Amino acid sequence: MTAKPSIAADQPGTPREAVERLAQLPKTPTGIHGLDEVTGGGLPRGRPTLVCGPAGCGKTLLAMEFLVRGIVEFDEPGVFVTFEESADDLIANVASLGFDLRRYEADGHLVIDHVSVVGGMMDETGDWDLDGLFLRLGAAIDEVGAKRVVLDTIETLFGAFSDTATLRSELRRLFGWLKDRGVTAVITGERGDGTLTRHGIEEYVSDCVIVLDHRVTEQTSTRRLRILKYRGSLHGTNEYPFLIGESGISVLPVTSPGLRNTVSSQRVSTGVARLDAMLGGGGFYRGSTVLVSGTAGTGKSTLAAQFCNAACSRGERAMYFAFEESQAEILRNMASVGIDLGQWVDAGLLQFQCFRPSLLGLEAHLFAVQKFVTDFDPTVVVKDPVSDLMRVGTVADVSAMLARQVDFLKAKGVTSLFTSLSTFGDPAHAGEQVASLVDTWLVVKTMEGNGEHNRILSVLKSRGMAHSNQIREFLLTGQGIELADVYVGPQGVLTGSARQAQEAKERSDGAAWQEDLEQRRVNLERRRESVEAEVADLWREFENEADIVGRLLSHGSTGVEDRAGQRAEQGRLRRADPDESASIVRMSDIQIGGK
Amino acid sequence: MNATVRSDRPITGAEELWYLRLYVAGQSPRSLHALANLKRLCEEHLAGHYEIEVIDLIESPSLARGDDILAIPTLVRRLPEPLRRIIGDLSNTERVLVGLRLLPEPRQ
Repeated sequence: MTAKPSIAADQPGTPREAVERLAQLPKTPTGIHGLDEVTGGGLPRGRPTLVCGPAGCGKTLLAMEFLVRGIVEFDEPGVFVTFEESADDLIANVASLGFDLRRYEADGHLVIDHVSVVGGMMDETGDWDLDGLFLRLGAAIDEVGAKRVVLDTIETLFGAFSDTATLRSELRRLFGWLKDRGVTAVITGERGDGTLTRHGIEEYVSDCVIVLDHRVTEQTSTRRLRILKYRGSLHGTNEYPFLIGESGISVLPVTSPGLRNTVSSQRVSTGVARLDAMLGGGGFYRGSTVLVSGTAGTGKSTLAAQFCNAACSRGERAMYFAFEESQAEILRNMASVGIDLGQWVDAGLLQFQCFRPSLLGLEAHLFAVQKFVTDFDPTVVVKDPVSDLMRVGTVADVSAMLARQVDFLKAKGVTSLFTSLSTFGDPAHAGEQVASLVDTWLVVKTMEGNGEHNRILSVLKSRGMAHSNQIREFLLTGQGIELADVYVGPQGVLTGSARQAQEAKERSDGAAWQEDLEQRRVNLERRRESVEAEVADLWREFENEADIVGRLLSHGSTGVEDRAGQRAEQGRLRRADPDESASIVRMSDIQIGGK
Repeated sequence: MNATVRSDRPITGAEELWYLRLYVAGQSPRSLHALANLKRLCEEHLAGHYEIEVIDLIESPSLARGDDILAIPTLVRRLPEPLRRIIGDLSNTERVLVGLRLLPEPRQ
């Protein structure tokens, strides 16, 4: 059997006309969470729908919820014909879901008719028909004015009648009769060997077939629902996980319809001022999804706690899903780094949900989280750590579940922070799988060096903000988280004591340089003084000489005249040339004065 | 056509009373046929100690729930106990007698 999701291809007219035609197909909303979304509005109105699957898959419950929602939400009375369970059992079984069948019966909205065929094969002594059932059903429908009818599970009749040819033709007549009555019917059937139902009644119910399944993978069971066919209507063709929760069935579409979340440009603080700065100032976008991945003991939970702390400080509500620690442990551990979460718990702003993910299946987990979040209505949600969910299902299942979770939280405008324990070198890991779903991905890891491990943090990605590309050292102090610059030098990135040593070294190097400078300045000053003293000495010497020379000069002019006179006298005495002798004397005088 | 059909002979009380109920739907040929067959059988085998109550489910459909009636016609042996139920138009006499335990079950 193949699904016929569209009739546009084999009918004339434009696609728009085809869509309009489809839209006109009357549907009866089931009121079951998610099922109307998957079926595009509900089951075909006034026609029978077959719901089939193996034992324990939730057929009876789905059928019952269809009736109850009809009564409660759509004012459509119903008739439930049960061929297996007694009415009392049925009433008791669904009471836990808050379905008070006795009240609906008393109010005249519901008829439960138990058709017992436990007597085994009936002796057939000639021709017969199922008019008894028709009349009984007709009377019940008339009694409450039923619009919805459930036959659960009509195939049981094959155990009561040996003349199956007659039974088959009577069943065919029954389904036709139900259509004529205009009731929307749900007929359940147990899955057979290679057929949808044990006795092939899908042959007679061809308008809409819903298949339920109940699979166990790795000790975890998941219920799934699929619309096998829906004549004349578009419908989702996937297998949709569904849950039987405290208030009935929830079908969970795999993806949110069209990713039409409203986005906020408002920022929410991470609780660490320096980290806010790294994210371009202000922190995460409200309603965004944050992944903090890192190896063991890197402070992921502390980061998450500080995030919650910041939210509660602003007066917002935060919800902390812890899969590894109890509330008491978290409160104690966070108090040791100066984060007092206890005050917020007391103030009703912070709620812890601590459970092992393996306690529930994946779907139940998703459902539980949705329920808690819907009930508490927080603005901030922490899941610590999502990697624990890996133990619950396969990578594909966990990724799909987280995708739905992210969609749900985004749709509610909740800022969520998931932590993930990463074991490097393992690509098939939830942390890495979820990385494409999240808006901001912070990585914390430890660096080994100098005989110690130090934590470092970096922003691997952050959609829509100018985030820092720097590695920061991540310190857990008595006042919470602090981020410090790492030392990047010729020896690479230094953290911890190496960074401190480097900083100290830099500081001491600076001091020495200052000292050196001062020394040089003093030396220079001294040199200047000595130079100045020397210059002064030279000047003094010069001046002395100049003085002597000056005096000599003044004395020398008279002497020359004397000596010239003497020489002239001598010349005259020796009869020498007067000019020559005069010049010789003058030359010698000058030589003496120059020294 | 709800009715009570009694034996042509008066009930003496000497023999165990058979109390039978036949569920039918209106005056359909199958229903009339069944009633005729039943009456003939009772006269043959239970004369003087039987009583048949005919219930027409078209007239009183709510009575169908009491004896858990699905098929029409259905014959219910109310007395003697235990309660037995056979369906069909009672045209196969041997099967009716076996069903009512007026004949032993045939050896398989």
